[in-house]
Amino acid sequence: MAGLATAVIVALGLLLTGSSNVAANAPQPTITEVKIDNFSFTPATLTVAAGTTVTWTNRDDIPHTVVSADDPKAFKSKVMDTDEKFSYTFTTAGTFTYFCSVHPKMTGTVVVK
Amino acid sequence: MARKKENNILHDHNGDGIDRRGFLECMAWAGTGAFCIMQGGVLKSFSMSRIAELDTKKMAGELSFVQISDSHMGFNKPANPDVAGTLKAAVDKINGLATPPEFMLHTGDISHLSKPEQFDTVDQILKGASAKDVFYVPGEHDVLDDDGKQFLERYGKGTKGAGWYSFDKKGVHFIGLVNVLNLKAGGLGTLGHEQLEWMEDDVEHLTSSTPIVVFAHIPLWSVYPEWGWGTEDSAQALAYLKKFGSVTVLNGHIHQTMQKVEGNVTFHTAMSTAFPQPQPGKADSPGPMKVPADQLRSVLGITDVNYVRGQQALAVVDSTLG
Repeated sequence: MAGLATAVIVALGLLLTGSSNVAANAPQPTITEVKIDNFSFTPATLTVAAGTTVTWTNRDDIPHTVVSADDPKAFKSKVMDTDEKFSYTFTTAGTFTYFCSVHPKMTGTVVVK
Repeated sequence: MARKKENNILHDHNGDGIDRRGFLECMAWAGTGAFCIMQGGVLKSFSMSRIAELDTKKMAGELSFVQISDSHMGFNKPANPDVAGTLKAAVDKINGLATPPEFMLHTGDISHLSKPEQFDTVDQILKGASAKDVFYVPGEHDVLDDDGKQFLERYGKGTKGAGWYSFDKKGVHFIGLVNVLNLKAGGLGTLGHEQLEWMEDDVEHLTSSTPIVVFAHIPLWSVYPEWGWGTEDSAQALAYLKKFGSVTVLNGHIHQTMQKVEGNVTFHTAMSTAFPQPQPGKADSPGPMKVPADQLRSVLGITDVNYVRGQQALAVVDSTLG
């Protein structure tokens, strides 16, 4: 009986943890992929833990780039043609805004906790 | 096309099928070609079917040149798997013009990915044109990864800064501008302080009766900022041109014809020779627009420009490849 009660509490605890941490740095499954599609970054804001490698994939018929909007630039991809990827490992906490230097209206943010 | 025409023409005062109060007159005719002539600050538009009624001697003028744009050599997606073929068709079109153009302007996106072989292919195809001189300005696809270094080496001899320059032909002053470098997050095309200062000096000595042609890749007017179709500091550039009676601004980038007249300034964008893009806001993004293969050449084209001395008129004619 005691065993069942513990199991219920643990399950409830997981549920609560899960529901309150949807957008935060839950250990898994963490989203680390950003899709470039229709001239936009999805998700536009990505939150990851420090040390996470984020990968961008270009799904458009048109080349794009991923370039840090900070000065000096924290990261800068080469031009990515269709289906090409760029990865960057965020080692320090902070808010990193970036854009496509070819189509600067395209902007995105990575929040590192 | 007929349906589009019905939708766009609201005030057809002169029976020419064009509403001159609107700004999108020539767009309504994008599929069939339109003829627009600037006289005394008034835009006159005619559909291609009525061109035979015009005085061809007046149209021929003293200076004739062609604008081509957005060749995107290297693009190979479904919207046009053969951009070399359509560029060759554009050259055929140029070689078939009644008045042979003296030179060509290429308003950028020569290549799709700034690769040497893509520039080489365009150079090779354009050698087949009757007009041998080509004046280039870069598009954002021509300056990828190297801030325009390769573009400058290839096309920038005798230019200033990032590749801007001016020249004179038969009394018309041409200004080629670069607005695709140092773009800022969230922003539009940019000319920058150094280029603007150069431009102010460049036009200072000219008399106000000198016809001016400005050409650059991204439109120098606010076509659709939501898609980046405009230039942050173009108002400053245009302010330097206020004293001139005739200013024609030729741009590319948006892969469709659009025209607007503001006082003494006529703004015009050219079709691409590679693939069409959607009308502003008419799609989720400005990406390449797929049309049925047999219709592709009806949405690609060239722009033929004629200057008539003394008439303060630059006639701008868009014609499609098929």
